[in-house]
Amino acid sequence: MISLWRMLNSTVGKKYLMALSGAGLFLFASGHMIGNLQLFLGPEALNRYAHFLQSLGEILWVIRLGLLGLIVLHIGSALMLTLENKAARPADYSHGKPPFAASLASRTMLGGGVLVALFVVYHLLHYTVCLKAVNFTGIDFAHLTDPETGHHDVYAMVLYGFSVWYVSLFYIVSVGFLCLHLSHGASAMFQSLGLRSHAWWPVISKGAMIWSVILFLGYSVVPGSVLLGYGRSYLENLEKIQSAASTPAEVTSKEAH
Amino acid sequence: MKVKLKVWRQKDTRSAGEFRLYETPDLNVNMSFLEMLDVVNEQLTLKGEEPIAFDHDCREGICGTCSLVINGKPHGPHRGVATCQTYMRSFQDGDIIIVEPWRARPFPVVKDLVVTRQALDKIMQAGGYISVRTGAAPDANSIPISKENADLAMDAAACIGCGACVAACKNASAMLFTAAKVSQLGLLPQGQPERYRRVKRMVEAMDEAGFGACTVTGSCEAVCPKNISLDFIARLNRDYLVASLKGGAKHG
Repeated sequence: MISLWRMLNSTVGKKYLMALSGAGLFLFASGHMIGNLQLFLGPEALNRYAHFLQSLGEILWVIRLGLLGLIVLHIGSALMLTLENKAARPADYSHGKPPFAASLASRTMLGGGVLVALFVVYHLLHYTVCLKAVNFTGIDFAHLTDPETGHHDVYAMVLYGFSVWYVSLFYIVSVGFLCLHLSHGASAMFQSLGLRSHAWWPVISKGAMIWSVILFLGYSVVPGSVLLGYGRSYLENLEKIQSAASTPAEVTSKEAH
Repeated sequence: MKVKLKVWRQKDTRSAGEFRLYETPDLNVNMSFLEMLDVVNEQLTLKGEEPIAFDHDCREGICGTCSLVINGKPHGPHRGVATCQTYMRSFQDGDIIIVEPWRARPFPVVKDLVVTRQALDKIMQAGGYISVRTGAAPDANSIPISKENADLAMDAAACIGCGACVAACKNASAMLFTAAKVSQLGLLPQGQPERYRRVKRMVEAMDEAGFGACTVTGSCEAVCPKNISLDFIARLNRDYLVASLKGGAKHG
């Protein structure tokens, strides 16, 4: 135990924590992207998937707390390492150039990571907590229900959410930062854990960059295609049904919209 | 050719330093960077000024004594070359060249461009050796070593301990140095008995000296005058993980 504690207190040990928590979050980011793409399979598929996740109950909370734990571990070790790293160079160089041969991604892991963390907070408020004030549509996302099944209409929520152009733009820029972060992090974690050889390094480092580009495209195609008009007929149809029912609450929400 | 030098001048460790601008006399383009500094110093001495202090010894790229961050890159513009083998023909006539010492908390400035690199010695003292009985030299090839490992150990052993890796790293990390030393011994049969004790102690000494952590930016590898590879850092990380999981007083 003492040995383990000493290990985790060393710079190398903290990098293990960064790498392991980063690996978990990287896998989540990849799975999340694939799940998102079900938007293009239509409302039934996406809403069934969303209902499946929401009906996991306790298991969903285990997953959520697990992810939160990974985030805390990742940010916590990052902050500790950053303090040590800054202390290691009290007087900086005056040449004003970035460190030689260091890629943009590797130099901006902290700043970019902070931006991604802020985005995650917004994203959770936007689509998970469904805080009406942050979606800028005037529609209460929590009360959108699929007229056929009566379940949460996530399909409509996504279409409404991304129909606000600045929200979509913010999402695309943010996943850009996420993917820049991962283009370095996804290969650096193999290096930090020592899980690579000379022969595998080009595969790992190029693979990380390629997968980051795929992640970026997979994530940004959702807000991008909604902005370009994907699913507009579904919303028009939905609004027709609603105006037929015409409850006062929906009228006010449409006026605000 | 003539160049202008913006050089860091600092009286001693405690004094605050500053940049000062010097104009060189007409230079031979085939002078090394250090010879150029010699010429400038000769001029300063004749004028009664304090010459610029800088580290140098063998001037043939094998001792690891010379340093200098030249225009933002340790050891000057070329790859796999130390400052002593950087020549003035690599610069243009009229260039302004910024010359700074290594910057890291574990490398305090002694004077001008000279820093003390004793922190690297501390890391070596913590485990950069093997314990064997001395005596007559053993017979050649009495211990078989695979060609692959012999080559890798030789690559790691090429490290001259100049500290350019620390100087280049945005975190002032000494991982490349430590990794080269750990690997050089850990790859050979003679280094096996102390392999895991060594990596733990050397990492501990590295942290204690106040070096930063590795962010895998690759700056160290790119500026290393001996082209030591990042592969060795992965090897150190792997050995350290095994050492920590083994635990126990025997390896402590």
